[in-house]
Amino acid sequence: MPEKNYSEINPAWEGRKPVIVGFLCNWCSYRAADLAGTSRFGYPATLRDIRIMCTGRLDPTFVIKALREGADGVLVMGCHPHQCHYDEGNYKAMRRMALLRRTLAQLGVHPDRVQLGWASAAQGALFTETVTAMTERIAELGPLEWRDTIEDIAPRTPSPEIEEVAHGK
Amino acid sequence: MTEEKVGVYVCHCGHNIAGTVDVEDVAEWAAGMPNVAISRDYKFMCSSLGQELVEEDVKEYGLTRIVVAACSPHMHEPTFRRACERAGLNPYLFEMANIREHASWVHTDDINAATEKAKAIVGGSIRRVMELEPLEPFIAEINEPTLVVGGGIAGINTALEIANAGHPVYMVEREPSIGGHMAQLDKTFPTLDCSACILTPKMFDVGNHPNITLMTYSEVEQVDGYVGNFTVRVRKKARKIITDLCTGCGDCWSRCPAKVVDDVYEAGLGYRTAIYRPFPQAVPKYPVIDVDTCIYYEKGTCKACQKFCPTDAIDFDQEDEIVVLNVGNIVLATGYKLFDARKVPQYGYGRLANVFTSMEFERMVNASGPTGGKVLLRDGVTEPQTVGIIHCVGSRDRSYNQYCSNTCCMAALKFAHLVKERTGAEIYNFYIDIRTPSKNYEEFYHRILEEGAHLIRGRAAEVTDAARLPGEEGKLIIQAEDTLIGKQRRIPVDMVVLMAAMEPYDDAVEVSHRFGIGCSEAGFFTEKHPKLDPVATMTDGVFIAGACAGPKDIPESVEQGAAAAARVLTLIGQGEIEIEPIRATIDEDRCSGCRICNNLCPYSAIEFVEDLGVSRVNPALCKGCGTCVAACPSQVIEGQHFTFDSIMAQIEGVLYDRMEDTERVTYLGSQPAEAK
Repeated sequence: MPEKNYSEINPAWEGRKPVIVGFLCNWCSYRAADLAGTSRFGYPATLRDIRIMCTGRLDPTFVIKALREGADGVLVMGCHPHQCHYDEGNYKAMRRMALLRRTLAQLGVHPDRVQLGWASAAQGALFTETVTAMTERIAELGPLEWRDTIEDIAPRTPSPEIEEVAHGK
Repeated sequence: MTEEKVGVYVCHCGHNIAGTVDVEDVAEWAAGMPNVAISRDYKFMCSSLGQELVEEDVKEYGLTRIVVAACSPHMHEPTFRRACERAGLNPYLFEMANIREHASWVHTDDINAATEKAKAIVGGSIRRVMELEPLEPFIAEINEPTLVVGGGIAGINTALEIANAGHPVYMVEREPSIGGHMAQLDKTFPTLDCSACILTPKMFDVGNHPNITLMTYSEVEQVDGYVGNFTVRVRKKARKIITDLCTGCGDCWSRCPAKVVDDVYEAGLGYRTAIYRPFPQAVPKYPVIDVDTCIYYEKGTCKACQKFCPTDAIDFDQEDEIVVLNVGNIVLATGYKLFDARKVPQYGYGRLANVFTSMEFERMVNASGPTGGKVLLRDGVTEPQTVGIIHCVGSRDRSYNQYCSNTCCMAALKFAHLVKERTGAEIYNFYIDIRTPSKNYEEFYHRILEEGAHLIRGRAAEVTDAARLPGEEGKLIIQAEDTLIGKQRRIPVDMVVLMAAMEPYDDAVEVSHRFGIGCSEAGFFTEKHPKLDPVATMTDGVFIAGACAGPKDIPESVEQGAAAAARVLTLIGQGEIEIEPIRATIDEDRCSGCRICNNLCPYSAIEFVEDLGVSRVNPALCKGCGTCVAACPSQVIEGQHFTFDSIMAQIEGVLYDRMEDTERVTYLGSQPAEAK
């Protein structure tokens, strides 16, 4: 898929393109992404994915971290409801994501920037469609640059004391 | 941290990666990442030379962690872990960066975008590998018994191969007899062997093998555990027959007054009684009472079977029995169901009497079937003069199933032969393409052509009884475009046979979930690798064979059954298996004992230690999903190999170009190394 000129969709993209961090579960959606590759289904080069064993492992901190470090969106994908390799991890992700999106909205992050999707290991095409659709949505929303927004809320380089409290160490 | 040395290897994969990603640029760039001691690009990392390169570098440069940027970890992670092990490194200090499936193959027309993305992926892996910890795999013992689910030809072969090698097998079959669809068939293509003649001896062997415990009329309800140690709960449905007493004499079913349409074995074409044995060669020989149609269960009186049973083997009060099995491996050979031809209204099945499905026709030509092997119209007396056979009903059709059902072309040609042989009728086959790609199949096709069957290339548009032209009265008219002569044709026939597709069972998704394996959108079980690992699944110790993984004919099902048996025998022979140590651990010193994790665990692997007021993970039950890790409010549960720190570092790594320089130094904690 030839790279789009995102500044035509939203002039704010001048000079760069959307960056989406993906969290893909090992069993379904990561393999869907593998299948998309094996099948040579093209999709925008906006997604940078990270493999986790299950969407149930998704600590909401990871999403916030990705947004803070410069991602314009976060895409979490797991197995379809009722098909989780670990029975119900995706349901846990579903609940946590709902809460997280509401919280992030209060912090100035449009809920569409944090999306949850499903693709089975056989659904390379669905994976491709999901990434493409999300890229289009992020392109419309424009760059996030959340770092600048939250600079005052949380310091960029946390002090050791804050780290200690935050990570319980 | 500073003495850690990371080796980065960027694979060209021939042209697969190097054609789209500037691999040299990625390798050069990676050399500038902190802690990277050496960064190379190489033609084929998975080749023995590529692996040796890693091993030599570990020794020469004292590398402590390895990143290979190549294909999916599902492809070659085990390969490079072994290479690390040979070089004396803990294999869990290795990370695979997937720049093929997730970059070069999906961004084929934009080398800049693909290269940039590859750097992000490699950057994430370099950061992540620094946070990984050495781990030791768990060793699990393999229980010797194997569970085979499904008693069709695939399952029968699996069971016999394993049992003949001297190991115990439990076979669970949903129907009252084993045999599956093959037991319904008359002849098998292309040899025209009698299906029952070649199947029955194998069924008998299963029923009488000292190593096989046969459980028919039973279903698996629950599966727990992991490779080598599965606990399986099987419901043995009440047969209402005391099998120890039953001799299979048949006095009961010959006296049963309830006549019921047999939708399973006779495909709806024949009848059975309420107490019945599906077919004469059934294994086991015992009948079963169908409580839904038995007069006694409906009206409280009858018991004709009980009165005539010479051995008092009928027990109306018998209840379902639950059996718990401990097995080391599981083979699923659950087969297929036939596509419901009523879903294609234009072919008139269920509305036009003389439209038959392929399975109905199969029963009709079977000597032990309802018509005693005669090809007859629905009236039960008239032989057809002309027969139309429509291929691809419910397959190769976007409205139903896109896939080719694989077996129907040959079955349709077989039907053409059998009709000709039994009735001398004129045959018209309507096909899209004739697919005969196996040994002696094409020869069989030519034989049918020579026998005089008319093969018309064109998908039939409709089957109708509305006569329009002379000679069509009282007939079924098949309308189709003959694409070889480029004309619409209307062929009047007496009988139509619909070659219905093979489909997964309606509960296939549920079954796949129960056994923890994947299935395709259509519902066929997913193999671990479609080419190189066709009978294994993503769940170790669970294998698949036969048509449950996709439409297959008898030889393919037999092959898969034997292949699955070979895989199981390998594991039994090894006696033990290494399991990835991806587990959750709780830091008990810091656990507050809130017990939130206790109820979250889908495997009940977390128990609360009352004395200490803390929770503890049972590693034998934990499967490493990480749900508890994400949920712990005190963040004292750690997910091994997917630790908080490793994922946080990977997030920073994939966003390498989004972080400002000052931050990068702060976060990465060290200065970039010299570019190589």
